[in-house]
Amino acid sequence: MLKTTPFHARTAAIMEGQQWRRWAGFLVASAYEMSHEREYHAIRSSAALFDVSPLYKYQVRGRDATRLLDRIVTRNVAKCQPCQVMYTPWCDPRGKQIDDGTLHRFGETDYRLTSADPNLRWLHQNARGMQVHIDDESERIASLSLQGPLSRTILEHAIGRDLAGLKYFRLTNATIAGVSVVISRTGYTGDLGYEVWMEAPDALRVWDELISQGRPYGITPAGMLALDIARIEAGLILLDVDYVSARKALIPGQLSSPFELALGWTVSIDKQPFNGKHALAREAANGPSWSLVGLEVDWQTLERLHESMGLAPRLPAMASRVSVPVYDGSKQVGYATSSAWSPLLKRYIALAHLESASAKPGSELEFEITVEHRRKRAAARVSKLPFYDPPRKRA
Amino acid sequence: MKNGKVDAIVIGAGHNGLVCAAYLARAGKKVLVLERRHLVGGAAVTEEIVPGFKFSEFSYVVSLLRPEIIRELDLPSHGLQILPLESTVTPMPNGNYLAAWADHDETRRELYRHSPLDADAYDEFGLLMHHMAHAVKPIIGMMPPDPASLSPRDLMSLGTLGRHMRSLGARKFYALHKLMTMSSADYLDEWFETDVLKATKSASGIIGTFMGPRSPGSAYVLLHHYMGEIDGAFRAWGFQKGGTGGVSEAIAGAARRFGAEIRLEAPVGRVLVNNGRSVGVALENGDEYRADIVVSGLDPKRTFLKLVEERELPSDFVASIRRFKTRGSSGKVNLALSELPRLTCMEPENIARWGGVPIPAERYLRGAISVSPTMDYVEQAYDDAKHGSFSRRPYMDVVIPSMIDPGMAPPGQHVMSIFCQYAPFAVDGGWDDAKREKFGDAVVDALAVFAPNIKRAIIGRQVLTPADIERITGLTEGNIFQGELALDQLFFLRPAPGYAKYRTPVDGFYQCGSGTHPGGGIMGASGRLAALTILGQRP
Repeated sequence: MLKTTPFHARTAAIMEGQQWRRWAGFLVASAYEMSHEREYHAIRSSAALFDVSPLYKYQVRGRDATRLLDRIVTRNVAKCQPCQVMYTPWCDPRGKQIDDGTLHRFGETDYRLTSADPNLRWLHQNARGMQVHIDDESERIASLSLQGPLSRTILEHAIGRDLAGLKYFRLTNATIAGVSVVISRTGYTGDLGYEVWMEAPDALRVWDELISQGRPYGITPAGMLALDIARIEAGLILLDVDYVSARKALIPGQLSSPFELALGWTVSIDKQPFNGKHALAREAANGPSWSLVGLEVDWQTLERLHESMGLAPRLPAMASRVSVPVYDGSKQVGYATSSAWSPLLKRYIALAHLESASAKPGSELEFEITVEHRRKRAAARVSKLPFYDPPRKRA
Repeated sequence: MKNGKVDAIVIGAGHNGLVCAAYLARAGKKVLVLERRHLVGGAAVTEEIVPGFKFSEFSYVVSLLRPEIIRELDLPSHGLQILPLESTVTPMPNGNYLAAWADHDETRRELYRHSPLDADAYDEFGLLMHHMAHAVKPIIGMMPPDPASLSPRDLMSLGTLGRHMRSLGARKFYALHKLMTMSSADYLDEWFETDVLKATKSASGIIGTFMGPRSPGSAYVLLHHYMGEIDGAFRAWGFQKGGTGGVSEAIAGAARRFGAEIRLEAPVGRVLVNNGRSVGVALENGDEYRADIVVSGLDPKRTFLKLVEERELPSDFVASIRRFKTRGSSGKVNLALSELPRLTCMEPENIARWGGVPIPAERYLRGAISVSPTMDYVEQAYDDAKHGSFSRRPYMDVVIPSMIDPGMAPPGQHVMSIFCQYAPFAVDGGWDDAKREKFGDAVVDALAVFAPNIKRAIIGRQVLTPADIERITGLTEGNIFQGELALDQLFFLRPAPGYAKYRTPVDGFYQCGSGTHPGGGIMGASGRLAALTILGQRP
């Protein structure tokens, strides 16, 4: 039996089509309504509320907390101020990415690390001989993500104060319906958005208050299908979809470094020794052989390929996680791991791994599609990530 | 065909003999299989010992049957149907339990209950074992080259092996070396802290051996069990519909379709040798059959010490076969039950007490019950055997085949298969009827600790000691692998140096049983490789 999140009493009550899926051993909604379309648009036009409780969460505290985290992640944790959040990947000693997540610094020696996969053992293995207390708080802490242009307004009503001072990737303490919460100015949608962290027993009170305050502003509980499209638009990668953890890779070809995942900006080569430092320094000098880029599939070729079968272009309403070959002339130069029709941008977009030589923005490539059971190739152009980057994202 | 000449005679219709016969017949040879008993299968048979109740009498699960054999002999069209056996529950002395399910999330949740660190380690351990099994897999499918030989073929084969080992990379090579030499207890200690998890995992490192979990070399047998999982998509792991005999019947069906003749109740007395060459066999009743090729599926001791006259064999070879370790260590108790057993630890209120996830009884009873509550328990079971008696509290692997295939027992009633260790062949004073029943009582008592209703549910009982296994199947000392899977008895040393490639000192006489490389379990690889050797084909 799968676990249910602390919000299950509410999420189950609004579920219309029993569209559930599993995430880290929990039952979560794919979509609450029969179609995820309105839930997606809430992210971009009002505010969508996601239950993101299945995230793995680790509390790291103690004298050596900074040292431990600095040894594990690629970013420079010493530069993370109290009340700051850092997005960061982490690597094995070969410089291959294990996982990625956010690091929340509450105080001088008090952190929370979130991750997609379990990392308790990895934290312990790296903490030998250090004065640090590691606690798996994954099930103790519930979390909600409120994303969209009206998310700030709704949250301000819920906490009864102004949030203009809470900058991008900063966090603050607040009270919602009498419950102490942490609010971080973060999200997985590339929009204005917040994540709210609370003790699991308080979860329903926070949910109810947000829904009640958000109703006049169109707050919409949303599931993973809507989130998947938004995160592709935002150029945000997903473990097990866009890359394989170095811990789970079966063959060397399945490994990726942060540089190969367009996360070179997170690698702080000059800081004290950390896992993968030597390999990453070498790679930084030589340049990665693979690059993660955006691809935009050309609409006119799509139209023509469908027209040749007597059809109008049809695209799946859901994001696809099927790996798709990408060609440069007759040669396969990579593969797309996530693709989606962006309802907002009206573009067919994908996240692709390409050999670096073919990965320059503007490169004209071909993207395999199946039209009426037949394999075809559509023109596709390499584009910069993210596809969607509204000014309010950082506001 | 009586007394007529065939191309090849296979002695013994065990699964390897049948596989060998099927491959020879498939290549156009006229093949005769001679079986002592009234049914095919050797140790892979289903028999209705209690009317209405079908027992997989000896071997009870299929784990390693080679996918190429399933495919090449088209076994599904002959009745091979392997049903999933998905979980394992281990009751603990304090009333708690450890469960492993088919679903990853469920297993993780259960392990997390015992140790959050072990829950993480479990996945990494699984991946390493996958890599190890992958590393060893080519070895399973190859004719073992003789490292002392200078023949081009051996050198080439050794070269291939060397390149394969190099391709593993340092990390995996070191891990493989450890796995090949360590005890399963030490190996598991490197990974886990939960005793009951280590005890249950280590148990698969002792099956069929005369070693304890703390004996060096037992980690390899652990790996042997992971090898079936590499071909997971093939689902070669589970329970054969109708019992294990169904696997043998399927292989026999394939052999017959290719034209092989299988003669039952035809015990071979000796192999006829003329001028250092086998020319046929003589049955115990004196009937003789002639063939240029004679293959024995029997274990090495029976093959070379009973079927062939000693003067036909080199004396050092005979000496090394005599030393080949066949110390049987496993027993089997098969029960006919009027009702299902109920594990106290899996009663809903007990699950709740320990913070576990509620599971309907029908679900865990479709899987295995492992009586391996602590590492000390399993090691102490071995200590008893080491000192000449059967384990007072044996390690047991329990399955209820009628929960998986209802046809195994009358409606509403059940059969239970209990594999138990240790029951040494060389028990002090030897085995007799009284001692056998005492052993059966010890097994039932040990199970009743965790499933108190078992005693009143028993309506029929068959207890098999290694002596019984030898008497019924012919396996020397009742060793289920035809010889221990110990490092000094594997690969180019199985069964004897210089004779690991299915040949024997007698020209035209071959061996194809589990006592040859790679051996062990219902795998069929020995039978196939022997046939390919005889046919001069490369595997």
